Amino acid sequence: MATLVLDDEQKMLREAAMRFMAEKAPVAQLRALRDGEGDAFDAPTWAAMAEMGFPGALIPEEHGGAGFGHVAMGQIMEAGGRTLAASPLFATGVAGASAVMLAGSDAQKAELLPKIAAGELLCALAVDESVRHTGKAPATTAAPSGDGFAITGAKSNVADGSIAGLIVVSAATPDGATGLFLVEAGASGLEVEPVEMADSRATAILRFEATPARALGEVGQGAEALARLLDICNAHLAAELIGVAGKAFEDTLAYVQERRQFGVTIASFQAIQHRAAHLFGEIEQARSLVLAALSGLDEGVEGLPRLVSAAKAKAAAVADLATNEGVQLHGGVGMTDAFDIGLFMKRARPAAQLFGDERFHANRFASLSGY
Amino acid sequence: MFDLEDFRAETRAWLEENCPASMREPVRSEKDICWGGRNAEFKNDDQRLWLERMAEKGWTAPTWPEQYGGGGLSPEQAKVLREEMARINAREPLKSFGISMVGPAIIKWGSEELKQQHLPKICRGEIRWCQGYSEPGAGSDLAALQTKAEDKGDHYLINGQKIWTSYAHKADWIFCLVRTSWEGKKQEGITLILFDMETPGVEARPIRLISGASVFCETFFTDVKADKTQVVGEVNKGWTYAKYILTHEREMVSAIGGDASAVDALGVQSLDAVGADEQGRLDDPVLRADIARWEIDQLGFRLTLERAKDEAKAGEGVGHYSALLKYAGTELNKRRLELKVAAEGMGGLAWEGQAWKGGALAKEWLRSKANSIEGGTSEVQLGIIAKNVLGMK
Repeated sequence: MATLVLDDEQKMLREAAMRFMAEKAPVAQLRALRDGEGDAFDAPTWAAMAEMGFPGALIPEEHGGAGFGHVAMGQIMEAGGRTLAASPLFATGVAGASAVMLAGSDAQKAELLPKIAAGELLCALAVDESVRHTGKAPATTAAPSGDGFAITGAKSNVADGSIAGLIVVSAATPDGATGLFLVEAGASGLEVEPVEMADSRATAILRFEATPARALGEVGQGAEALARLLDICNAHLAAELIGVAGKAFEDTLAYVQERRQFGVTIASFQAIQHRAAHLFGEIEQARSLVLAALSGLDEGVEGLPRLVSAAKAKAAAVADLATNEGVQLHGGVGMTDAFDIGLFMKRARPAAQLFGDERFHANRFASLSGY
Repeated sequence: MFDLEDFRAETRAWLEENCPASMREPVRSEKDICWGGRNAEFKNDDQRLWLERMAEKGWTAPTWPEQYGGGGLSPEQAKVLREEMARINAREPLKSFGISMVGPAIIKWGSEELKQQHLPKICRGEIRWCQGYSEPGAGSDLAALQTKAEDKGDHYLINGQKIWTSYAHKADWIFCLVRTSWEGKKQEGITLILFDMETPGVEARPIRLISGASVFCETFFTDVKADKTQVVGEVNKGWTYAKYILTHEREMVSAIGGDASAVDALGVQSLDAVGADEQGRLDDPVLRADIARWEIDQLGFRLTLERAKDEAKAGEGVGHYSALLKYAGTELNKRRLELKVAAEGMGGLAWEGQAWKGGALAKEWLRSKANSIEGGTSEVQLGIIAKNVLGMK
């Protein structure tokens, strides 16, 4: 059985991350970015995150990272979820770093990981080719070309795709295997169409026309690395969703204890108490699954893909529930932009959709369970 | 840490040596559960032997003090024992309201005399206990109970009626909530007292349930004499003790949902009855989705149960989780049986006859409906979470 309680170091890091996000990347910053000049993230805040070691949390010390591990990174992701921190942390520190660590050659690790850990190189992971994540092999192709490859095809749902300096692309090799390839921003034949999402975050549709690329690690061993990479991504998205759900719940709880109708607080009504209590229980149970998935990544437990799918499915369902209940229990003000609860709802959905929503993962869970 | 690994090795070896093979099979029916008591019905010699060996080690109550028949284990050691028992699918040697409910209250508040009189017999499974709580007019509003105990010098004279007393007709002793005062708040006139079910004036009548079984009784007390030495803790403080026991009861009931070996593989278990498509998926996509969601929730629940135990190791912080676990565990068990009956189709609803195990599933399904009523309804648990954990008022 996985480790389900944080050790002292992880607890300290969790508290530090909570404090950091509350002070340096609060919801107000997301509002400012949304209403501002079109920046996708706040550069000084990102630099401060790099100072704290966040982008390098998964990267070993020998490559300039902090080597905290997945449980620890999950705490940072949860802290970011609580304040809707709009930063490159997920696409760069989780997806980009893990891609290079899983599939990269020693030379690529030595070249790329220190820059990622320092926050200097932003990454994006381009996998999906339709609006929904399907788990199917890529139709995008990689053809040998000179020393490297030429990528042709299109990718959608690429988080940070319009701001990344380095894009990790999944593509089919001539022999039909799946490979991971590195494309640099500004490469020839790369067209970037920015798409701002409901959560005010930058994603992109990327179109490749014989775009020059180099293989990440050994060509042809990408499928296994990609599967593992997506499990890592989903475990950390689940951790972020726990943060989103947890804070949406706490804000809602505070609101119903303050809001008075019929001469009493609406928190005194049983109809509201039971809904809040149920939601609290659901969040706690989702948290247990996410902790198990994160510590499973650190400790290497059997059946990890099944556990990750359970965690992502439950975290997504709970984040939906928490934000839906949150808006409803806020009443009319829940529909206003002035209150934060709507922003939590708008983050919960894209974070759940990315790399498979609740239904995708429930389905995958069933298949992996043998039925 | 090293000591704990030594303990694990010793425990593993001892269990290998002493747990009979038939006690490593899944529990299939009520008869596979050992309740002990004066009139204990052992299904076979293995069941008796397993109880005796475990009781000898003190492992029927692993964390209780050794002087009272317990195992004297630390919470960490007890967890190792649980894990090692789970590893070989060892059955619980004894199911006991004495261990799970009244025992902890006696340890916490009982006199030395009460501890010596009752605890060793509980550990050895010699006395089977029942819980006298609910009354016809006091269900969710338990503190409204009216069973009267009159002070007669050296004893109390008890008159009144309990209901939903689980297994009262098979129990040897009862731990009973009685009213010793009508003054002040209703919670402040309640006393927790113990007496023998063979005392003149005690009558237990089984109630026939929708499942056909009779596990609950109406229990009547007519001029029952209970010795004053059998009061647990202080007179009129019984409500505090009752709530403490309920916390333990909730944990036990919520463990229903945590019995991994029995329930986890609902999807795979349904393949026979439902059939599979070419890709090996359950041949009813909607049922498959319902089962997948249930299994995910079940896994989350089981991990939460484990997390609660890990977090509680330091102290006794069970209160925070117990209502949540009781609510979630019992609702999951009800969902499990709904899905199982649905997967088995008409077979799941058979009641008598050779086919489909003579209606065992249908009866289990109906029995499960009581899970979210007994030990405090789901609605009561949600109220406790809202008020005590979330501070809503």
